[in-house]
Amino acid sequence: MEVINGLNLKDTELRLGLPGAQEEQQQEVSCVRSNKRKNNDSKEESAPSPAKTQIVGWPPVRSNRKNNNKNVSYVKVSMDGAPYLRKIDLKMYKNYPELLKALENMFKFTVGEYSEREGYKGSGFVPTYEDKDGDWMLVGDVPWDMFSSSCQKLRIMKGSEVPPAL
Amino acid sequence: MGLRFPPKVLEHILSFIDSNEDRNSVSLVCKSWFETERKTRKRVFVGNCYAVSPAAVTRRFPEMRSLTLKGKPHFADYNLVPDGWGGYAWPWIEAMAAKSSSLEEIRMKRMVVTDECLEKIAASFKDFKVLVLTSCEGFSTDGIAAIAATCRNLRVLELRECIVEDLGGDWLSYFPESSTSLVSLDFSCLDSEVKISDLERLVSRSPNLKSLKLNPAVTLDGLVSLLRCAPQLTELGTGSFAAQLKPEAFSKLSEAFSNCKQLQSLSGLWDVLPEYLPALYSVCPGLTSLNLSYATVRMPDLVELLRRCSKLQKLWVMDLIEDKGLEAVASYCKELRELRVFPSEPDLDATNIPLTEQGLVFVSKGCRKLESVLYFCVQFTNAALFTIARKRPNLKCFRLCVIEPFAPDYKTNEPLDKGFKAIAEGCRDLRRLSVSGLLSDKAFKYIGKHAKKVRMLSIAFAGDSDLMLHHLLSGCQSLKKLEIRDCPFGDTALLEHAAKLETMRSLWMSSCFVSFGACKLLSQKMPRLNVEVIDEHPPESRPESSPVERIYIYRTVAGPRMDTPEFVWTIHKNPENGVSHLAIK
Repeated sequence: MEVINGLNLKDTELRLGLPGAQEEQQQEVSCVRSNKRKNNDSKEESAPSPAKTQIVGWPPVRSNRKNNNKNVSYVKVSMDGAPYLRKIDLKMYKNYPELLKALENMFKFTVGEYSEREGYKGSGFVPTYEDKDGDWMLVGDVPWDMFSSSCQKLRIMKGSEVPPAL
Repeated sequence: MGLRFPPKVLEHILSFIDSNEDRNSVSLVCKSWFETERKTRKRVFVGNCYAVSPAAVTRRFPEMRSLTLKGKPHFADYNLVPDGWGGYAWPWIEAMAAKSSSLEEIRMKRMVVTDECLEKIAASFKDFKVLVLTSCEGFSTDGIAAIAATCRNLRVLELRECIVEDLGGDWLSYFPESSTSLVSLDFSCLDSEVKISDLERLVSRSPNLKSLKLNPAVTLDGLVSLLRCAPQLTELGTGSFAAQLKPEAFSKLSEAFSNCKQLQSLSGLWDVLPEYLPALYSVCPGLTSLNLSYATVRMPDLVELLRRCSKLQKLWVMDLIEDKGLEAVASYCKELRELRVFPSEPDLDATNIPLTEQGLVFVSKGCRKLESVLYFCVQFTNAALFTIARKRPNLKCFRLCVIEPFAPDYKTNEPLDKGFKAIAEGCRDLRRLSVSGLLSDKAFKYIGKHAKKVRMLSIAFAGDSDLMLHHLLSGCQSLKKLEIRDCPFGDTALLEHAAKLETMRSLWMSSCFVSFGACKLLSQKMPRLNVEVIDEHPPESRPESSPVERIYIYRTVAGPRMDTPEFVWTIHKNPENGVSHLAIK
């Protein structure tokens, strides 16, 4: 019984996102009917589907268990316009140049020149990150160690989307 | 008629009956037994703080010395219950302060506890001894300071996984010099550093201290000096284990542990560096409980530790232990009763974890006393479930979380129906069950029929239709708590089995297809059920046939509650009044 009374469930979907949040950003949904696999769709199941959404409260672990893995420090990386997210292990890099080079390779772009006063100039791509307080910050302002221990997520913003404050 | 016991005789007999289930039965025999029982009950358990009013409880049990209260539904642990839903401790504390001033023990789980509550406890109960708060929130370290400062005979202060506004480590210094009664102290969920010298003095003057659980801010040096002050500890939660390795530091640590000859339970171990694990070897042979679920240590180091733990009964660990590590556990830890394996990367995209169903199969085969399992795994097979059920019919708690929603048996591509059937049929004493993976309605037919003693059942991303709920509510004789998310049933089964809901403590359903209309009907039909619709949007702004986001239904003799927030919609029992928030601030 797949049909849901012809109702558009998106009307009742609870979204957790900033006001005016863009479509490209991850949306947390609590309904994943679209992911249901049928028995006859066998062989492809092992490949992860590209546009994976996060599911609220799943897997069921308490929040104090998430992100407590200190020896491995995977953070999600999103790039505006890219179809799916990637993950990198921050512990693999010792400084900003190494990290930026890895990001450039992963997403095939170049980041501009960094200056304290003006941020990144020249390429239209700006690397930002979400810190422990949930604020979005420019990559490069704080010392590397402070950054790597507080970075929760990375987002490479396209120049045109960058708010003037950054 | 027959003989009647004089009340004094009945009282004496009842003094031997501790179990509340038995006491509940006793109280149903006749009026005089009800009266005698209620006047002698000292330990009161309220599984749902909204099922009964504080006034009713304090009135019924005048000799109450210990109260245990539970608030929010279990799925609140996974952020499925919005903040502000409810579960306030204040009305209970207020009622007890007025009527039960000889209260000695309060235990609360998933409740909102404020500093005012804690101050009121400290001020009202002269012989207060035990405060255990599990998964609670709403208070700060100031409230803890009030308890520490005022409760002269405090024996137990445990903050387990609470969310506390941490205003600093001063609270510890509020224990007066005259305080010597502590038996158990757990502040592992606090962030701030406490003054080690204060803690050392407190520990040194508490000869009865048996259990001490530190927070991550306590360093290894601090741990060493504390262990020297309290070698009699039976339970220890360490602080952070991640200091720089100095040779003298290591040997001091080893020595401190080897002097703790009575240590049975070890936890904490945040960020433990593998080089430090050998310091624990001396206590391993005596350990019955080991919580390594925050230790990011790889399999070889884990095995080296665990092979020394021959008396281990309870093991909590991360999936870093891998199948191979669990094979070792199966061979060395023959006394194991409880195993929990948590995901190291709790993410849907996690791959490459060398922990499969095989790990659990090893333990099920090797550990004959195994009765409680919580296992997170990316995928599973029916064959593994058959083996587990066959080898361990004595399982009491089986919680399997297949992390990939709708994941079938990855070897046969079938649903896991038959595997869970084997579990339900084979494990006759099963009290708690969580299912996952690809499951059709059939799985629930088997569970409804065979899981006769299951009291708590958790289901996610499963089933095909209303049949699944029909099977569960028409079977599962002992069901008390049912929590379901993301399953495709609608109204029919729920309304058909409304009466069953009064035999249960509670039913949680989220992201299913139950409509607002059904909630209304249920609420009107069943005066002793509170039907709460938890939804950001007013249900009346949509057609009645629209599914609502979350529903929490529970039996109650207290009527609708008066403290609902804006997003909780309760339906008036009188249909003319419609839907409202019965909120009184």
